[in-house]
Amino acid sequence: MELKTNVIAEDGKQEILITRTFDLPVELLFKAYTESEIIEQWMGTKVLKFDFQKHGSFQFSTSDPKGNQIGFNGTIHDFTTNQKIIRTFEMENMPFGVQLEIYEFEKLSENTSRLKQNVIYQSVNHRDQNLKLPFKQGINWAHNRLEEILTKSK
Amino acid sequence: MKLRRDVFQAIADPTRRTIISLVALQALTPTAIAENFDYSRQTISKHIQILTECEILEQEQKGREIYYHLNPNGMKEIAEFIEPFRKLWDDRFNKLESVMKNYQSKK
Repeated sequence: MELKTNVIAEDGKQEILITRTFDLPVELLFKAYTESEIIEQWMGTKVLKFDFQKHGSFQFSTSDPKGNQIGFNGTIHDFTTNQKIIRTFEMENMPFGVQLEIYEFEKLSENTSRLKQNVIYQSVNHRDQNLKLPFKQGINWAHNRLEEILTKSK
Repeated sequence: MKLRRDVFQAIADPTRRTIISLVALQALTPTAIAENFDYSRQTISKHIQILTECEILEQEQKGREIYYHLNPNGMKEIAEFIEPFRKLWDDRFNKLESVMKNYQSKK
């Protein structure tokens, strides 16, 4: 199945741009980022603290497959309802550094919207480490697409 | 390590991504590739050159024509890092979408 998410990670830059179109009104898309019960559901994390206001902070805790608790935290730098959120995000006790996240929400129609998620890391090296993380963790990913390309190219 | 960085540069450009998807279907001559674009032949040649230098495309001489096909190892380099990351976010966003649709219908 074609992925609806696009990822741009240009060589030598310390940022990643993630874009995605949703079959959701922009108000609902925005809500998914601002209400703790909803965040718990889609991010699969426990929300320990979530103070969604300018200069408010948040804390999440997620269990890894071995049952260890991994903490995350960040601060809401600024936001504009249904348009923009600027926040920091950090995985605790890990060498991945803190990241600046700029979310832009855009209404496409009554029932569709687009999210642009720009993530800026401390350095190019931190960016590359974060980019490789899902690969290293061996998350189930579609080999199908690559295999399809390779089969067709034979 | 050098190779991976080059590969990232190669796929950062939308024209080059289109060339990759064209050549993924079948080996093509430079002329056949250029026919898919409104750009000049020179522009497309430049993109093909970059993709070849990054070892994503490989040349093959067939008679008097040069054909380009995908280098499976080059493609692997891209897929190894970008695709799992992209898949992770796509799964997360799919979840978000279904959670919010559910939320919407309850209202």
